[in-house]
Amino acid sequence: MKKLNSKVSYKKIILPIAIIVVCFILGLIFPSLVYLFAAAGAYGTALMLGTLGEIITEKSGNMNLGVEGIMYMGGIFGLIAPNMYEMSVGEGNASPFLAIVFAILSAFAIGAFAGLLFSFITVTLRANQNVTGLAMTTFGTGVAKFVGELRRHKVGGYVTVSNDLKAAFDNKFMPDFLKRIPVIGRVLFDQSIFFYLSILLAIAVFLFLTKTKKGLYLRAVGESPVTADAAGINITLYKYLATIIGGGVSAIGGMVYTMTTAGCVWIEASLAGTGWLAVALVIFCSWHPIQATWSSVLFGALMIMYLRIIVPFFPQELYKILPYVVTVIVLVITSTRNIKDKQPPASLGVNYFREDR
Amino acid sequence: MQNNCAIELKDIRKTFGSVVANDGVNLQINKGEILCLLGENGSGKTTLMNMLSGIYQPDSGVILKDGVPISIRSPKDSFAYGIGMIHQHYHLVDVFTAAQNIVLGLDEKLDLAKVNDKVKEICDKYGFDVDPKMKIYDMSVSQKQTIEIVKTLYRGAEILILDEPTAVLTPQETDKLFAVLRNMKDDGKAIILITHKLAEVLDVSDKVAILRKGKYIGTVNTKESTAQSLTDMMVGHAVTLNIDRPLCENKKERLRLENVTVFDNEGVKKLDGVSFDMKTGEILGVAGVAGSGQKELLEAITGLYPIKEGSIKFIDDAGTEKELVGKTPRQIREIGVGMGFVPEDRLGMGLVGSMGMTNNMMLRSWKKGKSIFVNRKSPEELAKNVWKELDVVTPSTAFPVRRMSGGNIQKVLVGREIAASPPVLLTAYAVRGLDINTSYAIYNLLTEQKMNGAAVMYVGEELDVLLELCDRILVLCGGKVSGVVDARRITKEEIGFMMTTVGGKNGR
Repeated sequence: MKKLNSKVSYKKIILPIAIIVVCFILGLIFPSLVYLFAAAGAYGTALMLGTLGEIITEKSGNMNLGVEGIMYMGGIFGLIAPNMYEMSVGEGNASPFLAIVFAILSAFAIGAFAGLLFSFITVTLRANQNVTGLAMTTFGTGVAKFVGELRRHKVGGYVTVSNDLKAAFDNKFMPDFLKRIPVIGRVLFDQSIFFYLSILLAIAVFLFLTKTKKGLYLRAVGESPVTADAAGINITLYKYLATIIGGGVSAIGGMVYTMTTAGCVWIEASLAGTGWLAVALVIFCSWHPIQATWSSVLFGALMIMYLRIIVPFFPQELYKILPYVVTVIVLVITSTRNIKDKQPPASLGVNYFREDR
Repeated sequence: MQNNCAIELKDIRKTFGSVVANDGVNLQINKGEILCLLGENGSGKTTLMNMLSGIYQPDSGVILKDGVPISIRSPKDSFAYGIGMIHQHYHLVDVFTAAQNIVLGLDEKLDLAKVNDKVKEICDKYGFDVDPKMKIYDMSVSQKQTIEIVKTLYRGAEILILDEPTAVLTPQETDKLFAVLRNMKDDGKAIILITHKLAEVLDVSDKVAILRKGKYIGTVNTKESTAQSLTDMMVGHAVTLNIDRPLCENKKERLRLENVTVFDNEGVKKLDGVSFDMKTGEILGVAGVAGSGQKELLEAITGLYPIKEGSIKFIDDAGTEKELVGKTPRQIREIGVGMGFVPEDRLGMGLVGSMGMTNNMMLRSWKKGKSIFVNRKSPEELAKNVWKELDVVTPSTAFPVRRMSGGNIQKVLVGREIAASPPVLLTAYAVRGLDINTSYAIYNLLTEQKMNGAAVMYVGEELDVLLELCDRILVLCGGKVSGVVDARRITKEEIGFMMTTVGGKNGR
């Protein structure tokens, strides 16, 4: 028994410490890696939120492949809200705090609406989840582009916010002495508020899923709806709520992308692929919210590596497929090792009909 | 004595459409007593118990608990009345621990440490061997079953219903389960056990209630009954069906199985040293309670089920023997062995529900010919033939088979399988769910094949049919061959006995 314990602690404590030490040393030797990961934090935050949202959704057994569309909608609605707010109160009078709150609320609302639509179609009308998700992607990107264009005509020019608000959204508010810590300082403390909020959210989701009764029930619904139904758990309610909240969280990810990485300007094509990357990330981090934090930043780094680490004659496109290559490798590894705890929720993508029993 | 009665069923009747599932059932179960519910497949045992667990409601009759009539409208009501049912298929979440599964859906606060303690307490009391922190996916089938039982006890069940609990257990595990059941009985719980196995009934129960075709036959004390008396009550008297059974001269051995043994994914032995032969011009019936290895036997012969040991030899007209073990269905066909297979699961394994008759006919012939396009003409002709000759009711040969009635679906399937007049025809529950007339049509088709010199296997559930349709009957019991008997000479009681006891009378 004692031997077993030491084995567990090796895996749980020593291994991460070793990895951190190695990363630290690597960071000291190659400063460009530090800059890469520091810059990846912003894009990583958008990915992290997209991924967390999809994890919440998928834990209920709903596979919403519409994340791409949802993040797109979150991207434009999250920009329009502060934009309208600022225009209504006049430039210079806008409170940065309120602008951020409006951006979050507006993005969440549109994502939640998409989640509601998805649940209605798949849970109530019992349509195929994959088809609905793909339709949601097309629908969401379409709506986002249309609304973006509409707004562009209305304001005449780029849809954006004032420089004050831009600074507020991208404010790296941590004290300077923390930022000056070698390696870690740049990566961990030179980030916007959204980065820290996302990490807090990841921890909250993790605690919810593992420690609370409702979290246990939600997982039961995603794993074995028959069992959950027999135990008197309201499956429809759990699926709806998880998908709605998950959609909202994913959409905030889209907002974070527009407001930080894209510099508060709506450029139609810039969000393309982020939602799909989030879907890949869910698989990569094996439905674990804590794993989603670091893996999102890693994926973010892989995505922008072509800008920072330049190997001569190595085409950009090859850099950009790296995240997907990594996902495939992880999929191969997890499915060959067949660790039960790292598998997708057992009834993922399967609609539940009570009469089928 | 009135106080001692845990639950009482009075004059229960339940129908599904025109099918009477239960009629006139009177059952009384006392505290501290094990009652076995005995009956053939489809005799309404599970339906009856589902009414106690709130899945169905009786059409008429009353359920009394402590002398007061109650109505059980949902599984939750059933829990509230202290009734716990352990289904054949376990309702457990694989990636959860035992304790997490046990508290699922309960109103109490989530405190796993406390749950673990309480589970331990229950286990110690009745002699279960369970670690509450173990994940379900690490458990054996019998451990999962234990969790299901502990789950009901944790919810304070006073009446436990177990639906064929021993079907998936090894003999040792069964003994352990029975020991636990006896402990629970001593603690004053009422236990209802649904089972087919007579030996177990005699071993563990205090009383036996017998159902036959939905009708309640009676309750007897186990002490006063024997395996024979119970079987007689279970199968009833033979009914004459007048199925045409011509005798075919000139029989030859066509298929010989020797010592075939197979295991399923979980390592449970499904067929155990099965040896028999099939002859041309003969219908070999296969009898046995559900899950005695019928499905595995058919799939082993057709090359769909992995065979651990033993041999299956096909003997052609010239007398050459061909080994089938270790070959895929395609390889079997390539070496020239023609087999028709009418599987139990018509729309799952036999036909594609959303395709029409023609396309379904093509599933058998798509590999024929050299052209890169499939030959649609001959399947279309075949479909038209089947349509006309077997009186399939369908608007066209392109009409999706799923939307036909059960009988017509079966005709399409049988029609396709016999079209090539295969030397070996295997059928599983060929008349399940069909009405009388269609059933007779299928019987006649099989007999016709037999007279044309095919070796036909008929896996059936109704003993009366087996006795009148088949020439010989192979009786399976728990994956073993209980005997191969002449259908013209055997009685229903004897077969019933062989189904529940290996070797029948000679075996005991």
